[in-house]
Amino acid sequence: MNAPAVVTDALSAGYGGRPVLTDVSFAAAPGQTVCVLGPNGGGKTTLFRALIGELEPLAGSVTLSGRPAYVAQTERTRLDFPVSAFDVALMGALVRGRWWLPPRRSDRVAARAALERVGLGAEADTAFGELSGGQRQRALLARALVQDSPVLLLDEPLAGVDPASAQQIDAVFAELRAEGRTLLVSSHDVEGARGFDLVLCLNRRQVAFGPPGAALDRATIEATYGRELIVLDEAGAGRAVTVQHHDHGHSES
Amino acid sequence: MSGIELRATIELVLAGGFCGALGFWVLSERLAYAGESLSHGMLPGLVLAALAGAPLLLGAAGGALAAAGLIALAARDTRVGPDTGTAVAVTGLVGLGSLLALAPDAPQRLGELLFGDPLGVSDGDLAAAAALVLAGGGALAALRRPLAATAFDPAGASSLGFSPALVRLTLLGLMAAAIAIAVQGLGALLVLAALVGPPVAVRRHVRTPGEAMLAGAAVAAAAGAAGVQLSAHAGSAAGASVALVLCAAAGLGAALPARGLG
Repeated sequence: MNAPAVVTDALSAGYGGRPVLTDVSFAAAPGQTVCVLGPNGGGKTTLFRALIGELEPLAGSVTLSGRPAYVAQTERTRLDFPVSAFDVALMGALVRGRWWLPPRRSDRVAARAALERVGLGAEADTAFGELSGGQRQRALLARALVQDSPVLLLDEPLAGVDPASAQQIDAVFAELRAEGRTLLVSSHDVEGARGFDLVLCLNRRQVAFGPPGAALDRATIEATYGRELIVLDEAGAGRAVTVQHHDHGHSES
Repeated sequence: MSGIELRATIELVLAGGFCGALGFWVLSERLAYAGESLSHGMLPGLVLAALAGAPLLLGAAGGALAAAGLIALAARDTRVGPDTGTAVAVTGLVGLGSLLALAPDAPQRLGELLFGDPLGVSDGDLAAAAALVLAGGGALAALRRPLAATAFDPAGASSLGFSPALVRLTLLGLMAAAIAIAVQGLGALLVLAALVGPPVAVRRHVRTPGEAMLAGAAVAAAAGAAGVQLSAHAGSAAGASVALVLCAAAGLGAALPARGLG
């Protein structure tokens, strides 16, 4: 295996000195995809916030091969803020410094190219708040592409996204993986997690980590989702429904 | 226009214009309550400067620093919560400032400190306002991109290498400087109108942060000039007249059909 792109060792993270996620130890190599599974409040976003350095680890350590790009859930962004899809993509160039100067021509070219790559070239001048949910997600992905990071953290990128956007996002994921970038994608989709190289299951602590075939057994899924899980098929762990209490919806997986 | 009115207008166009531009970020970062707390809490500093015969700017700066420290301390008390802690601290500071200002030997009337006296600006006040526009305007122009990235998506800004807490602290520093200088014209109670009125007036009609800052500055400057004229013709208090025009602009901007994001 190549030198890992992401390593955490006994990581604990939380807010106001109180841990909400403890004892997370995993590693991912360049080009590997990791699905981060867990219930709402299970620590997925907290893990990402620790990886981007927004939260200092309360214990343990984080090692990264470079500054990771972060694609937040779109509802965590300001929809009423006056920026276009192009402006959002261009924000990715800030990682290269010179933030006090106007963006360079090369940065503008990179932002246009990133929007084209996610299928938003025609919407470059559309206000971010006027885009559909899937388009917003793609604009945030374009920002991450401009950031040109070896590691991308994507917080539930397919939640509430229209099928066309989901297809476009999946295609970009495959390209990024082929480029040798490491992708950590948080999700509630247990069945979809089987398409990733690795699965990290969290429920306020690390429940399991490994290739999905080995890690995703029924005991692990039950320990990860607890009362949010309903198993429909008694034969194996293949048919599970995770109930998402925050929006009173549910997703079959 | 008399010389006094011209000086008042220049002061309000400069200091108010900067507040109008800064106000967009104050609203974007939801710091309006912090601004109100800071401007009201600096009253003891203003009164002490007046009692000592020191420049009001010095008193405003010291008062703002002391108020920020006390508010930060009170807001950390988890038994009452940050809002209540801040409210108690600010009310206490306004009470202390009033007590000092109502002392028999207080040289400056409480009303001027609370509601401003743009017609009484000195050369030093004008120079301070010009310096604010140059230094503060330069800072806002330089910080425009990190401010936008942080206001739009704090976690995303973190991954770009910016600390949202540091960006907010910088914004608070700019706001304290703006309040310390604009308080001469508008007073401790009304200065917030220059920070909040213009961005409320323009926010539904702009499509970029740059447009918002320029339009906010223009609204604040125009309201300052109009307020001085209103005061001259109606015989009303100048600071209060400007504050009322600023609030009327905010109401008008909110009522007009949106051109931007609504």
